[in-house]
Amino acid sequence: MSELQQLYQTIILEHSKGRHGAVELTPLAEAVAAGAASGLRVAESHQINTTCGDEITLRVSLGADAGTGAVADTGANDANGADDTADTAVTELVWAGEGCSISQASASILTDTLLGLGTTEARALLDNFREMLRSRGKIEPDEEILGDAAAFGGVSRYPARVKCAMLPWVAFEAALVEAESH
Amino acid sequence: MSFAPSSAATPSETTAPATTEPGSPHAESAPLTNIDIERIRNDFPVLHQQVNGHPLTYLDSGATSQNPISVLEAEQEYYEQRNAAVHRGAHTLAVEATEAFEAARETVAAFVGAQTDEIVWTSNATEGINLLSYSFSNASLGLGGPAARRFSLGAGDEIVVTEMEHHANLIPWQQLALRTGATLRFIPVLDDGTLDLQAAADVVGTKTRLLAFTHASNVTGVINPVAELVALARTVGALVVLDACQTVPHLPVDLKVLDVDFAVFSGHKMLGPTGIGALYGKAELLADMPPFLTGGSMITTVDMEKAEFLAPPQRFEAGTQRISQAIALAAAVDYLRETGMHRVAEWEAQLGQRLVAGLAEIGGVRLLGPGLGVERLGLAAVDVAGVHAHDVGQLLDDAGIAVRVGHHCAQPLHRRLGVTASTRASTYLYNTTDEVDLFLATLAEVGPFFGVKR
Repeated sequence: MSELQQLYQTIILEHSKGRHGAVELTPLAEAVAAGAASGLRVAESHQINTTCGDEITLRVSLGADAGTGAVADTGANDANGADDTADTAVTELVWAGEGCSISQASASILTDTLLGLGTTEARALLDNFREMLRSRGKIEPDEEILGDAAAFGGVSRYPARVKCAMLPWVAFEAALVEAESH
Repeated sequence: MSFAPSSAATPSETTAPATTEPGSPHAESAPLTNIDIERIRNDFPVLHQQVNGHPLTYLDSGATSQNPISVLEAEQEYYEQRNAAVHRGAHTLAVEATEAFEAARETVAAFVGAQTDEIVWTSNATEGINLLSYSFSNASLGLGGPAARRFSLGAGDEIVVTEMEHHANLIPWQQLALRTGATLRFIPVLDDGTLDLQAAADVVGTKTRLLAFTHASNVTGVINPVAELVALARTVGALVVLDACQTVPHLPVDLKVLDVDFAVFSGHKMLGPTGIGALYGKAELLADMPPFLTGGSMITTVDMEKAEFLAPPQRFEAGTQRISQAIALAAAVDYLRETGMHRVAEWEAQLGQRLVAGLAEIGGVRLLGPGLGVERLGLAAVDVAGVHAHDVGQLLDDAGIAVRVGHHCAQPLHRRLGVTASTRASTYLYNTTDEVDLFLATLAEVGPFFGVKR
């Protein structure tokens, strides 16, 4: 595979069109109220890539604690259950945004990857993803940990595109902090 | 400026007449050909490199241009032989540095038809516009006395810009309006990317104090009718500010003929270094303006309470100046002058029409701005259906082709044209027709790569 094909792997091109989790967002206040009624903490984050104007608003719903969150059945790995008792779970992930294929695919794959995880595990995965992306191609993505997000390994060789891939993950991180503060 | 669209279809490289070095008497008359361009390219070291395994095709001169050896040498020669603070100190180096610095001002002024004392050095065009807006702001506070009252703004006054401005000729005026209570209005853009001149006649009225517009759009390449807009401003007594960033490097520009009150341009877009630009102002206007930046080198007498200021241009040049950059910019102007701005403009007009003609042949590609046969700069911005501009740029970069992707600091214009971002190829005097063709051929591969159905 050429570096360009590494960057634009088939799975990335597919996700850039499939856009899992992309919705037209309802007003935040409504979503927060509806979430509160069913014991969920809802928050969102809006991020802009100033280089190109790409933007995303990503909304997270957290279960009150790991026991009560109605985790959507996405087939996302729910192994590593050791922490689950102390953890809240990401019970819903939706986003709206526009941007390049890398940022759109990244948001889509993020949705598939993080939905249903406990927050500790989601953070660990995010840290792993970020470290890999910032390595300028030095760190091989660990498919065991990252799953489909490992497809962004090629992006790490293109410093100008790392921001594109990180944009939804930064939004997730900020929304998570916000939701936890509720 | 004139151009012959037919020449795009009949490349003349095989029938080129014998040409001479830039600077010879013959240089001004004969149109540039690809043979001349190859010779010009030899003066630009940066162009001779491989990028991602391909020869570099540099089509981003609208953002920043490359430097000929003479410019690089001028800067180095200054530091090796003359480096000293200007307009202070009486030693030999200081005198030589000051002379070279002021000679550079004379060169740049003559290039745009200005008097030498009508050129104020700035760091870039953005700073030039900010200098104006803060000087007017200070005048609005009463600084500069009665003479500066003509620049003061307040509630009821209007500043008019256009919808096609670069953010640098928009945000400083937004901020000035916020500081003074004036209202910012704009001349809208039509679907084809040109200004709505009918609307302009309504927007510009008796309340208009200032009309600021770009000579040419950095996105669409549209060249605005300066004379018409200046005439409109004159009917209501408004001052005219021209953003000449995209024209001074590419067209013969005589600011006296254009009769604008102020103009700005940037060195790095005209073969010069970064960190240097110029503000032009009519002498009698600069003379009445209060300073923006204050400090050393712009005063006559200072006591603990107050200071008296020098005449322009020094009044607007506080602190240690961009000396090597000004000298190198003059070298860039010499290079352009010797090549001949009419020839540069004609060559780039050919490249611009070749771009437009070629783009029309590619399915799923929308050109922003007017089409074939309409006068434009040698640039073209496009939207590729179904593919984000960043992804377009990535594929081009993989082929060694450097273009600008994004909103090119003109978000309102992009919004008006119904896109958030575009891909722009912008040429200069060192670009060949082959490079334009390579860009077109590579762009045609973008849709298929991303699986976009036509």
